Amino acid sequence: MSKIAKAFEKGKAFIPFITCGDPDLETTAAAVRAAVRAGADLIELGIPFSDPTAEGPVIQGANLRALNGGVRTEQIFELVRSLREEMGTPMVFMTYANVVFSYGAEKFIETCSRIGIDGLILPDLPFEEKEEFLPFCRKYGVDLISLIAPTSKDRISMIAKEAEGFIYLVSSLGVTGTRSAITTDLASIVAVIRENTDLPCAVGFGISTPEQARQMADVSDGAIVGSAIIKLLEKYGKDAPDYIYEFVKSMKDAIR
Amino acid sequence: MSRGRFGIHGGQYIPETLMNAVIELEEAYNFYKNDPQFNKELQELFNEYAGRPSRLYFAQKMTKDLGGAKIYRKREDLNHTGAHKINNVLGQALLAKKMGKTRLIAETSAGQHGVATATAAALMDMECVVFMGKEDTIRQALNVYRMKLLGADVIPVTTGTATLKDAVSEAMREWTSRISDTHYCLGSVMGPHPFPTIVRDFQSVISKEIKQQILEKEGRLPDAVLACVGGGSNAIGSFYHFIDDKDVRLIGCEAAGRGVDTFETAATIATGRLGIFHGMKSYFCQDDDGQIAPVYSISAGLDYPGIGPEHAFLHDSGRALYVPVTDEEAVEAFEYLSRTEGIIPAIESAHAVAYAMKLAKEMTEDQIIVITISGRGDKDCAAIARYRGENIYE
Repeated sequence: MSKIAKAFEKGKAFIPFITCGDPDLETTAAAVRAAVRAGADLIELGIPFSDPTAEGPVIQGANLRALNGGVRTEQIFELVRSLREEMGTPMVFMTYANVVFSYGAEKFIETCSRIGIDGLILPDLPFEEKEEFLPFCRKYGVDLISLIAPTSKDRISMIAKEAEGFIYLVSSLGVTGTRSAITTDLASIVAVIRENTDLPCAVGFGISTPEQARQMADVSDGAIVGSAIIKLLEKYGKDAPDYIYEFVKSMKDAIR
Repeated sequence: MSRGRFGIHGGQYIPETLMNAVIELEEAYNFYKNDPQFNKELQELFNEYAGRPSRLYFAQKMTKDLGGAKIYRKREDLNHTGAHKINNVLGQALLAKKMGKTRLIAETSAGQHGVATATAAALMDMECVVFMGKEDTIRQALNVYRMKLLGADVIPVTTGTATLKDAVSEAMREWTSRISDTHYCLGSVMGPHPFPTIVRDFQSVISKEIKQQILEKEGRLPDAVLACVGGGSNAIGSFYHFIDDKDVRLIGCEAAGRGVDTFETAATIATGRLGIFHGMKSYFCQDDDGQIAPVYSISAGLDYPGIGPEHAFLHDSGRALYVPVTDEEAVEAFEYLSRTEGIIPAIESAHAVAYAMKLAKEMTEDQIIVITISGRGDKDCAAIARYRGENIYE
């Protein structure tokens, strides 16, 4: 069974997203430790990309800061390798197709497996293109996570049936970033997902407050939060991990 | 499974949020491309509004001066709004209208595609928002004003390198946030399927006309067809109806900027490698980690780190040849054509003229070259003057 399932065993899962290398890898490691101590169930680690077309301004900024700081894919593998020595929390990579493709898809995914990465989230790899990486993911036991959006409609069952790890349900239209309100009828989307798979389903995009996280977790199995955490890194830099601890704790408490 | 492939290139590498939108677009296009009424309306727009067919002009002075092959120019610069961009935009705007969309969004670099989209939106009573790199809004202030005059909103893009690739990224982001009433009017033969096919089909009127016109004038096909390539829409339009005519050489001229051995270049075939970006698999200028490279060319319209997937395929198969042309060569050709023929070409098109000037001399008098002049050069005069050290602004 996928190790990702473990993240959903202790009730609703809280999943923080952190861009590796923003502002540097030491801070990333400290932020991951803080999030895990505060109760994070699964860590989504972003490998920065120069042109992240699914991100809003906040995560775009994190990508830029990380790349300007000179972070390389190799160094991020090293970071994960060392974090794995101290924690068993499931971890997935979130990046763009070209980062994987350019490294060499098989080499990248084989490395993921070796260093203890449990899944891969690629927002620019829809169902129709998953054969690009799926054979290697199967071969090395790394879950290729499927995204479902409010516009998926008749595609939901097709995607859910073949999904692995967990389902990443996009809360609303648009790119990542905090929103004042999420108005999508997620419950009806989740109902269709449940008819087609037993996998857990977590909601992401636009969640920034404990109240929103609770609402999202109520209709699903967990909440994914990126931009709100990146804002802490943007504001506090190397001092952000303490604030991230407090934030993750408040979010996890809200959805417990 | 995967649709819209040209060999290994193409595909649909986009967020799930957009998948139903591109599927809906593909279905609508497959219906309307065979719909007599749609084709009649488009033909009328082409002929009565854009001024097609564009002329195929025998460049007598240039031919004599270079002393080689006979040179013809396909005058896309004479179209309404001054470039080939209008061919694609009229097609997509009409299609969007039939689909019930009321709003067009577009990316633009030099502003030609933005102006064409704003023009079509004005004509068809649609809302229009154009994304343009902040750098380009400064370099092309006049085109920003033209778009506003036509009723469009122009959004300066400050992310990344604040040029064309960032304008494309921002237009894609906007499309994911507002889909139901909005069509993304992509300006080149790039992006996710079905855009490379749709844009190519609307631009293929260029080669369809060249073929008819050259047969009328010369009674035979040309030996070579040349066009500049950024994303590659005027080039694929110029090549398309000759692809099966194996004796016609197809040559795409890329922007080498300060040279393919420098980092200041936008020549994708010469310096890029296989990758996945902006919805497609193709060749891209990128670093060892797959980060997209900041590219450079004097020509804003060719200043893009990728190339359309059908060109990538024509390169792989050897059917078309892609050659780099530097800023300096393009500027010389810009000046040469102005002086010799009284035609000021777009600096983009000047890249094709520059290579033709080399090629013509190596060919014989009974051979024929066709160069597509994709646009007119009024927009570039201030920038070229500055390149030559004259400090003038628009």
